[in-house]
Amino acid sequence: MSRPVDAEPRPPGLRGATRVLLERELDLAWSGGGGPLLACGFFACLTAVLPLAAGGDPRTLSPVAGGIAWLALALASLLSLERLFERDLEDGALDLLAIGHLPLESVVLIKALAQWIAVGLPLALTAPVAALALGLPVSLAPLAALSALIGGAGFALTGALGAALALGAKRGGLLIAVVVLPLFIPPVVFGAGALERAASGQSPAPALAFLTAYVLFAGVIAAFAGAAAVRNAQG
Amino acid sequence: MFGLSNPQRFMRFTGPLTPVLWTAAAVLLAVGTWLSFTVPADYQQGDTVRIMFVHVPAASLGLGAYAALGVSSFFALVFRHALADAAARAAALPGAAFTALALFTGSLWGQPMWGTWWVWDARLTSVLVLFLFYLGYMALRASIDDEQKGARAAAVLGLVGLINLPIVKFSVDWWNTLHQPASFLTPGASGLDPVYLPPFLTMLAAYGVLFAALWLTAIRTEIRRRRVLTLRARKALEA
Repeated sequence: MSRPVDAEPRPPGLRGATRVLLERELDLAWSGGGGPLLACGFFACLTAVLPLAAGGDPRTLSPVAGGIAWLALALASLLSLERLFERDLEDGALDLLAIGHLPLESVVLIKALAQWIAVGLPLALTAPVAALALGLPVSLAPLAALSALIGGAGFALTGALGAALALGAKRGGLLIAVVVLPLFIPPVVFGAGALERAASGQSPAPALAFLTAYVLFAGVIAAFAGAAAVRNAQG
Repeated sequence: MFGLSNPQRFMRFTGPLTPVLWTAAAVLLAVGTWLSFTVPADYQQGDTVRIMFVHVPAASLGLGAYAALGVSSFFALVFRHALADAAARAAALPGAAFTALALFTGSLWGQPMWGTWWVWDARLTSVLVLFLFYLGYMALRASIDDEQKGARAAAVLGLVGLINLPIVKFSVDWWNTLHQPASFLTPGASGLDPVYLPPFLTMLAAYGVLFAALWLTAIRTEIRRRRVLTLRARKALEA
């Protein structure tokens, strides 16, 4: 590799660019408006409303605790998606990212990764608390956190794809929800399924394997389709 | 086939074809409906078997229309072809309508036969997701002001939605739940009683031709709409 002739500072390599972008995304996610805490608050609110809507009887609630927790998780994961690309499109940062070192596919993946760390991780920590409040057995709390963590990666990746698709749309937030929620069905099915299997004494491993497969699949699709959508929005 | 990708040649070719398709669809639908009501009732299902003559074709066309949408989206994305984009757009609404009809008639059939309007088995759920994909496609297209950008974003979503098609098709084989597996197109002997073949096949053909007529008409309307937009823009420039 030849060094650049002029005296400009050496561009950070791919690894450096990845780290810089990840740090920037995390900074943006954590700064202002409560960041991920808002998503956790929304998650807590949903967890409070859903059982009351269903009657609140522990006998009816306990069997569906995992499912309700997963529904709340999916909805809470939608919250901050709208700003994921829209903000960068508005202030021109997306154009800079497009001409930078990283291919747009990686940019989409890194943004999804940051979304996972910033939103998915706190939600995964909140998930067992919410599930216990709904009546899930305490012994299943670690599984609830683990499955929520894996599922959170799927939500972040699919959500990033939806956010990229909805770039430049009127009422983007609502549109992202309509586009993304059908894609959230498999992780909700597998995630809640893992808890259900464990609650009935079966091994949750198959459901977790399906959940992980969904995440890997979503990673491939979201990278390429998301990058295509971002390029299209930049026109 | 690719000769028709020229919009003008497409318009010339489909101009006389469209009324033929509409007529054929009307005749086939009339004959199919008459046959559906005159075949003897099933010994087990009774008269509800007649719902199948609407349900199965509608579901097949709901799937087929999405395949048409997905393939058109692919050509629109890769070759940036305006006609392919018009075709994708035109397939969305009829496809959504067929899928909704399949869900609705399935529900009507399920109530007397299964004892419930709806179950969350894999086939029903995946068809519902198919319907939601149609809605998402149309919503995405409609809510982006820049028409070309909206079209391409929707095309990406349309391609992603293709993943759902094999899930819908094979859901009855992968998950052994309430919805019965395919009985007509089974290897070897058809699982369908020969008595029911005439109405079933006629209705299947009727729905296929009806979709073709709806699709072509919608594509032609879309091409005309774009011509009007171009003419208007040109006029505005001249003024």
